[in-house]
Amino acid sequence: MVNNNPVSDLLRTDRMPHIWCSGCGLGTTVNCFVRAAAGCGLPPDQITVVSGIGCTGRVAGYLKLDSFHTTHGRPIPFATGLKLANPRLKVVVYSGDGDLFAIGGNHFIHAARRNMDMTVICVNNFTYGMTGGQVTPTTPTGAIASTAPYGNTEDPFNLPYLADSAGAVYVARWTTFHVRQATKAMKEAIQKKGFSFVELVSPCPTLYGRRNRMGDGLDMMEGYKENSTIRNGADTRDVGMDISGKIVCGKFVDRERPSFLEQYNTRLAARLGPSYKNYEGVL
Amino acid sequence: MKADPKGVLTGAHFLDGDHACSEGALSAGCRFAAGYPITPSTEIVERIASRFPQVGGMFIQMEDEIASSIAIQGAVWGGAKAMTVTSGPGFSLMMEHIGFAAMLETPCVFVDVQRAGPSTGQPTLPGQADMMQARWGSHGDYEIIALCPNSPQECYDLTIRAFNLAEEYRVPVMIMMDECVGHMTEKVVIPSPEEIEITERRYTTAKLGEYRPYFTDGEMVPPIAKAGDGHRFHVTGLTHDERGYPVMSPEVQEKCVRRLVDKIRLNAERIISLEESETEGADVIVVSYGITSRVSVKAIEMARADGIKVGHLRLITAWPFPEKRIRELVGRTGAFIMPELNYGQMFFEMQRVIDGKAKSYLLPHGGGTVHKPEVIYRTIKEAALECRPQVEESAW
Amino acid sequence: MVTINPDMCKGCGICIRFCPAGVLEFSDEFNSKGYHPPRAVRPEACTGCDLCGIYCPDFAIFGILLKTVA
Repeated sequence: MVNNNPVSDLLRTDRMPHIWCSGCGLGTTVNCFVRAAAGCGLPPDQITVVSGIGCTGRVAGYLKLDSFHTTHGRPIPFATGLKLANPRLKVVVYSGDGDLFAIGGNHFIHAARRNMDMTVICVNNFTYGMTGGQVTPTTPTGAIASTAPYGNTEDPFNLPYLADSAGAVYVARWTTFHVRQATKAMKEAIQKKGFSFVELVSPCPTLYGRRNRMGDGLDMMEGYKENSTIRNGADTRDVGMDISGKIVCGKFVDRERPSFLEQYNTRLAARLGPSYKNYEGVL
Repeated sequence: MKADPKGVLTGAHFLDGDHACSEGALSAGCRFAAGYPITPSTEIVERIASRFPQVGGMFIQMEDEIASSIAIQGAVWGGAKAMTVTSGPGFSLMMEHIGFAAMLETPCVFVDVQRAGPSTGQPTLPGQADMMQARWGSHGDYEIIALCPNSPQECYDLTIRAFNLAEEYRVPVMIMMDECVGHMTEKVVIPSPEEIEITERRYTTAKLGEYRPYFTDGEMVPPIAKAGDGHRFHVTGLTHDERGYPVMSPEVQEKCVRRLVDKIRLNAERIISLEESETEGADVIVVSYGITSRVSVKAIEMARADGIKVGHLRLITAWPFPEKRIRELVGRTGAFIMPELNYGQMFFEMQRVIDGKAKSYLLPHGGGTVHKPEVIYRTIKEAALECRPQVEESAW
Repeated sequence: MVTINPDMCKGCGICIRFCPAGVLEFSDEFNSKGYHPPRAVRPEACTGCDLCGIYCPDFAIFGILLKTVA
C-alpha cells in the first residue's frame, strides 16, 4: 500500500512498516530526506547512506539506496573510507545524538576538521531510544532519563557550535515541525562540498517525552511550533538548548573551505610535481 | 590475474619486515590504508604514506585505531583493497571491527606487529601474546585467518597471500608479525608483476534490482557489490538474511553464523600452510611460529647434533589451526614442544588437538626478548628422554 | 487529493493537526494494528500541498495536486 507514495522509489517498501513508535519523528526526517535526495540533482545510485546504531541507525535500512548499518559510533570513519575509495559518491551519514556525539564524538570533530566531503545528519531526540531512554550528551540539564532518574546533572553539547568550531562548512538546525526548511537544509547540505551538518530536533515520545511530561508525539510537535524561533546566521554560541524547550532554528553556517581531497591534491601536486596525478579514487 | 605493475618494486632489496609488509600490500593491489601510529608497526604506514600517492593510492592517518579499522571497511565497500596496521593496544581497540568485517564478509587485512604486553607493555620489544586475541577477540562466533611471517621476505609474501585469502573467502585476514620480524632487516626479493598471482574481488553479475548481498547460490562465499554500481543494496552488522535485511529469528541466526564458520573450517586444508623439517619419524617435534621459529631452528640443530630425532613444524597459518596434520603426527611422535612469547596460547590449542595422546611441553616466555636456544634445546632433550627412556643419555 | 494507506498508520494524529485545510479527522475504525487512522472528512478542501505526506512518520498518507494527477 505504501508503494504508490510518491517517495516510495527511495524507500525499502518491502521492509515497511518500520520499527519506530507512534509519534516518533524519525519517519518525518526520512520523509524530508528522501525529498531532499530526490531534489538534489544527483542520481540516487550516487548517494550512499551510512548509519550507526540506535533508532536513527535504522534509517539506512529503510532507504532504497546503497546503505550501510555500521557499528555504534563509527558511521563517520566508515563513510570516510567509502568517500576516499570512491569520491564520486555523495556520502551521507545519518545517525542519532548518542551515536554521533557520545561514542562517536571524536570522529565527528576530526571529520569536520579535515573538511571531509560528507553530509552528517543528526536526529537529536535527546535520548538513547533503542536501549530504553538513557541520558545522552545532548540531554538538557535537569531532564529525566532512565540513567539520570533525578535529572541530568551534566551540561549538554550545543551541536551547531561544536560543528562550527570543528570546521564544518555548513551548519543548520531544524525540528521535525519545520519539514519544508529541513528538506531544504538537507538538500543544501548534500549539494555543499565539504563537511556539512544538519541537526534535526525530533520527538521521542515513548522514552523522552513521556518521562519529561511533554506529552505524545503530537504534543511535542506543538511544543516545537510554540517554542522555536528562526534566526538564520545566528552566532552558534547562542543556540544551545536547555530544559525550557526553546529552540533556535536556522542555517547558521555556510562558508567555503577547501575539502580534504582538494587540500590533499593541491599539496601533493605542489610537492611531487607533474608526475603526481590528482587522486580521484582507487578505481 | 597478475599484479598491477604500478605497485611492484621488482628487484632485490634490503628491507625490514615492516617495510616488506608495505611492499607486499602494494604488490597485492592494496590502494587504501588507514592507520594510527603505534610502535613497532609505524614503519609500515610511514612507507605506505610515502609510496601510495605515487601509485594512485590513499593513506589516511585516522584519529584512532577504532576509526582506522572501520575506515578500511568503508573503502572496501567503495571498491578498494584495504588494510590497517597496528600493535597490541591498537589491536585491542580494533576488535569490534574484526567482528564487523566477519559479519558483513568484508575482505580486508589487519596487520598486528606484536609487542610485549599486557597494556602498554614494552612497545619496542617483541611479544606473541595477541594470538588468541586475533582468533577470539571480537564477540560472537566467526572465523578468521591469521598468518605468521618469520622473515622480511615472508612479510612481503604473506601480505600478498593475506589479501588473496581475504578476497577468496571474504574474511578479515590478520598478519601476526612481531617486533623482531618487523624490525629485522634482510634481503627481500620482489618478483616481477607477472610472477605475482592476485585474487581479484568477485563482484556480482546480478541484474540491477536482483542482487541479494548474501545469496550464495549454493557456494560458501557470496559475490560482493560496491556502492555506486546501482544495486542499491543494504548491509548490516545485525543478523541478516540473504537480502542483507536484519532478521531476529534463531533460524536466520543459525544459518548466518554457520556459514561464517563453515566457509573457513571446511576449507581449512586449502588455507593452511606449514613448513616441516624431519617431522616424519621424529621422537620430538617443536611447533613454533614467527620469530620463535628461528630460535627453535638453532635449538633443533643443537639437539640433532646430539643424535636426537627432532622435527620442526612451523605454523605459517596460525588460524585455522592445523588440526589434521598434528593429529597425523601424534600417532608417531612422543612429544610436542611449543615455545612462544606468551604464557600459553597456541600451545593450548595444540594440546587440545593432541588430546593426551602424546606429551606436550609449553615453553612460556613473557616477551621483551626471545627464548634462549639452550632453553628449547634442554626441553627437547628432556622430552626425548621421557618418550624414549630405553635410550641412554650417554649415547648422546 | 489526499491518499491514505490506513494499515501503515500508527495514529499519531500529526497529519490531522497540521493539515492547513482541515481535511482530516480520526476515523472511528481501527486499522489492522489497532490504531485509528485518519479519514478525509473534507476531501474537496485538499489543495494537494502534501504537508501531510512530509509530516507523516509512517509514509501512510500523501497529498497530490489534482493538476499533477491529470
